Amino acid sequence: MNPFSDPVGLPHYLLVGAVLFVCGILCMTTKRNAVGVLMGVELVLNGANVNLVALGSPALYSNGVAPLGLDGPLTAAFVIVLAAAEAAVALAIVLSYYRTMATIDVDQASQLKG
Amino acid sequence: MDWASKIPTLLACAWLLPLASFVIILVGGRKLGRAGRGAAWIACGAIVGSFCLSTIALAGWLWINPLAPPADHAHHGPAHASVSSAPEHSRERPAESSLHKSPGSPTAQPLCGIWYTLGEFGSSRVAISYYIDGLTVAMFVMVSLIASCIHVYSIGYMHEELDEVTDEAVRLADGRRLRRPGRFHRFFQHLSLFSFSMLGLIVAGNLAMVFCFWELVGICSYLLIGFYIERSAASNAANKAFIVNRVGDFGMIVGLMVFWAGLGTLSFGDIRNGAGEVVEQGVFSLVRPEKADHDLVIPEGLVRWSARGEISQFARAQAAAGVPAAALPAERIEQWRSSGWGYGLLVLGGLGLFCGCIGKSAQFPLHVWLPDAMEGPTPVSALVHSATMVAAGVYLTARCFPIFVPEVLLTIAVVGCITLLLAATIALTATDIKRVLAYSTVSQLGYMMLALGSGGWVAGVLHLFTHAFFKSLLFLCSGSVIHACRTNELTQMGGLARKMPWTAVTMLVGCLAIIGAGIPLVGGLSGYYSKDAILAQQYVFAAANPHLGWMFYAAAIGAAMTAFYMFRLWFLAFVGKPRDAHVFDHVHESPPVMTGPLVLLAVLAVAVAWHVPLTHWGLEPLLSQARPLGIDQPEFRGLMLASTTIPGEHLSHDASVHTSAALLAFAMGAAGVLLAAVMYAARKLDPADVAGQFPRAYRFLLNKWWFDELYHFLWVRPTMALSRWTAQLDQRVIDYVWDSAARGVTMIARLDDWVDRRMVDRALDRIADAVYRLAIRARGLQSGYVRHYVLAIAVGLVALVVVMSLYWSNASAGW
Repeated sequence: MNPFSDPVGLPHYLLVGAVLFVCGILCMTTKRNAVGVLMGVELVLNGANVNLVALGSPALYSNGVAPLGLDGPLTAAFVIVLAAAEAAVALAIVLSYYRTMATIDVDQASQLKG
Repeated sequence: MDWASKIPTLLACAWLLPLASFVIILVGGRKLGRAGRGAAWIACGAIVGSFCLSTIALAGWLWINPLAPPADHAHHGPAHASVSSAPEHSRERPAESSLHKSPGSPTAQPLCGIWYTLGEFGSSRVAISYYIDGLTVAMFVMVSLIASCIHVYSIGYMHEELDEVTDEAVRLADGRRLRRPGRFHRFFQHLSLFSFSMLGLIVAGNLAMVFCFWELVGICSYLLIGFYIERSAASNAANKAFIVNRVGDFGMIVGLMVFWAGLGTLSFGDIRNGAGEVVEQGVFSLVRPEKADHDLVIPEGLVRWSARGEISQFARAQAAAGVPAAALPAERIEQWRSSGWGYGLLVLGGLGLFCGCIGKSAQFPLHVWLPDAMEGPTPVSALVHSATMVAAGVYLTARCFPIFVPEVLLTIAVVGCITLLLAATIALTATDIKRVLAYSTVSQLGYMMLALGSGGWVAGVLHLFTHAFFKSLLFLCSGSVIHACRTNELTQMGGLARKMPWTAVTMLVGCLAIIGAGIPLVGGLSGYYSKDAILAQQYVFAAANPHLGWMFYAAAIGAAMTAFYMFRLWFLAFVGKPRDAHVFDHVHESPPVMTGPLVLLAVLAVAVAWHVPLTHWGLEPLLSQARPLGIDQPEFRGLMLASTTIPGEHLSHDASVHTSAALLAFAMGAAGVLLAAVMYAARKLDPADVAGQFPRAYRFLLNKWWFDELYHFLWVRPTMALSRWTAQLDQRVIDYVWDSAARGVTMIARLDDWVDRRMVDRALDRIADAVYRLAIRARGLQSGYVRHYVLAIAVGLVALVVVMSLYWSNASAGW
C-alpha cells in the first residue's frame, strides 16, 4: 500500500492522527515552557480526536457502515470539551505559578521534590 | 439516768479521744501551729477530755454502786476452802459459806458487753468488748489523770525539740555533733497513741483484746525509749525492751492458747443478750461458777481436754460393744474433776499469763530491760515506765486473779519477792538518778506482785495506784533536775534545794510517800496505807505458811532499803555542798508548766489513799468493792502443793496484825532514813569507807548482780554466734551457689550476645543495606520531570504495541 498513490481513505486519517500524536508527545517531552507542554497535550488529544472521527465516518467505508458510528464524533466532542476545561485549569495553575515564582519553566517547579 | 448503759459509752469516748489526737497529729505533723506546737495542745486536750469523761464515769459508777461502810471483821469462822473438786462439796457450799463470806462491800456487778464483733466461729467469737468494774473505772481515772499531768509537763520539758536540735550525745563520722530537726509533734503523737493503747488495755473485755493492746503499749514503749534514736544507747535500750518483752509474751500466748482451746472463750465476764440471758460464759464464771459460790472449780472444758484419751476410749468401747453411742455420763466428768484432771492446764494457763506479766512488769528474771529504758525522755519514764505501762502486768494479774490457782499465786509471790529484794539492792549503789528510780520501780512492782501472790488483792492494787502517783511525781522531779543540770549523775549534783525549791520539796514529798511515811496506826501519806496493807498480808501469809516466813522478812528489809535509797538520792541531789560548780552555776528552777504538774502530783501522792473526810468513801473501799467474788477465802489450797495455803485478805484487817505490820514498817522506814541521813546528810559515815569495807558486795551491786553480763553470756553471745554462723553460711554457701548460677547466666548471655551481633545482626544489616542501595538507585527513576514520565509512557506504549504485534493475527482482530 502506498499512501501517496492510493485515494484518501481511513489509513490517511489514521496516519495524520499518529503524526499529530507523536508531535504532541515530542512537544510535551521537549518543552520546558509550561504553555508549550500544554500545547503538546492539546496535540495529543486532537490526534486521538482525528482517529475517533475517522473511525466514526461512514463515508470512509466502502460498505457505508462505520465501526463506531455516531459514537466517534460524540466522543470527540466530549474530548474537546474536556480539553477546554483542562486547558482552563492548567492555565490558571500556570498563571498562579508565574505569580509566585516569576517563571513558567516546569523544571523549576521542584518545591515538592523530596 | 441509766448509768449502766452510759458508762461504757463514756469510757469508749475517753478511750478513743487520744486515738483521734494521734491521727490528727499523724496527718498534721509539723504543720500544726508553729513547728508543731499545736500538736501538744491537741494531745493535752484529748487526754484532759479523757480524764473528764473518766471522772464522770467514776461518779456514775459510784452512783449505781455506792460504797458500803467498812465492816467488822470479827466473826470469821475458821472455814476451809480449797479447789473444790467434789460435787457434793460444791453443793453444800452455799448454805455454809454465807456465814464466812467476806462481809466487806457488796461486790458490784461488773458491766460486760460487746462494742463490735469482729468475727464469730461457731460458739466462739472475737470481739471488741468491755469489762467494767470498780478497778477499770479507777484505773481510767488514774491513768488519764497522770497522763494529763505528764502531757502538760512535757510541753515544758520537750520545748527544745521545737527548733533544730544539736544532739550532744551523738558524734557523726566526721566528728561533728548531730544536728536534726526537732521532733516535738512526734513525741506527742507517740504519747497519744500510748494513752489510747493503755486505756484500751484497761477497758478490754477479753484476753485477746488485752493481748492486742498489750503489744500496742509495747510498741509505744519501743518508740518512746528510742525517741533519741540516733543515740546508740537509746536504740539498743529500745531493742532490749522489745525483745525481752517478746520472751514474756511468748508465755502469755501459751496461756491464751490454753484458755482458748480449753474453754473456747477469752472473754472475762458473761456476755448477755438484750433479754439478759447469758449467751457466752466468760472465763471467770467458768472457773468460778456462781452455783459453786464462786469457789474455784476446774472447768469442764479443761477436764475434757485433759481426759481426751479416756473419752475416745469410752467412745471406742461403746462402739465395740455395739451400743449406740451415748453421751459421756456426767458422773465420769465429776469423777475426773475430783481426781484433778485439767488442774495442770489451769496451772499452765495461769503461769503463761503471769509470764507475760513478768515481761511487762519487769519482774525477775526479765527485769533487765526497765533500767535501760531510762534512755527515753523523762516524761516517758514517768508515764510509761513507772506509772502505767509497767503496772499493766500487775493490773492483768489482778484482773485474772480469779482464774489463778494457789500454785500460780505462790509463783507470783516468790517472783515478786525476789524482784523486790534484787532491785532494791541494786538501787542502793546506783548513781544515775533515773536508774535509782527505775530500780525502785522494779522493786515496788515486786511488792505489788508479792502482795497479789500472797492473797492481798486490794493491797497489791492499792499499791499500784499509790505507786503510780508518787513514782510519776518522783520521775517528773528527776526530769526537772536533769533539765536543770543536764546530767543524770548524782555525783555531780548536790545543794540543789537552794536553787530549785519547788522541785526539792515535791521530791521530798514523793520520797516520803514511797517509804510509807506516817504516824503508825493514825495515818500518813499514800504509801503508808498500801505498804502497811502489803506487810500485814505478808504477816498473815507467813503465819499460815511458816516455811515461807522468809518472804515476810524480805518485804520488811525491802522497806528499809527503799527508805535508804530514796533518801540517799534526795540527800545527794538536794543537800550538802555542790559537787560540780560548773553544773551548779547553770541550775535554775523549771518553768511553771513543769512545776505545776509536780505540785498537783505531790498533793495526790499525799492524799490519794485518804478517805473523803467524814465519810467511808475512798480508794480502798472502791477497790474492796472491785475485788473479784470468791477470792477472799480464809484458806485457799491447791491440789499440787497442798502444804501451801493462800490466806484471805480479810485476815490481815485484824487489829493485832495491823498493829505489828504498821510498827514494823515504821521502824524499817525510820532505820533506812536514819542510815541515809547519817551517811549522806550528816556525813558521819563516809559512803566510800562503807563501800571499801565490802568491796566484793559493792562491786556485785554496782554491776547489777552481773545480770546483763550473765544474759550477755547466756543468750546474746550464743545468738550472735549463731547469727555469725548463719551469716557465714549465707556468704560462703548460699551466696556461692547463687553467684555461680549468676555467672553461668552471664556466660550464656554473652554467647547469646555474640550470636546476635555476629550472625543475626550482620545478616539483617546486609539485607537492609541491599534494600537501601536499591532504593537509592530506584530513586533516579522518579526524577519529577514531566517529560521523563511522558517519555516513559510513550516508550512503554510503543514497547507494548511491539510486543502485542508479535502475537498479532488478523483472526484475533476480527478483520
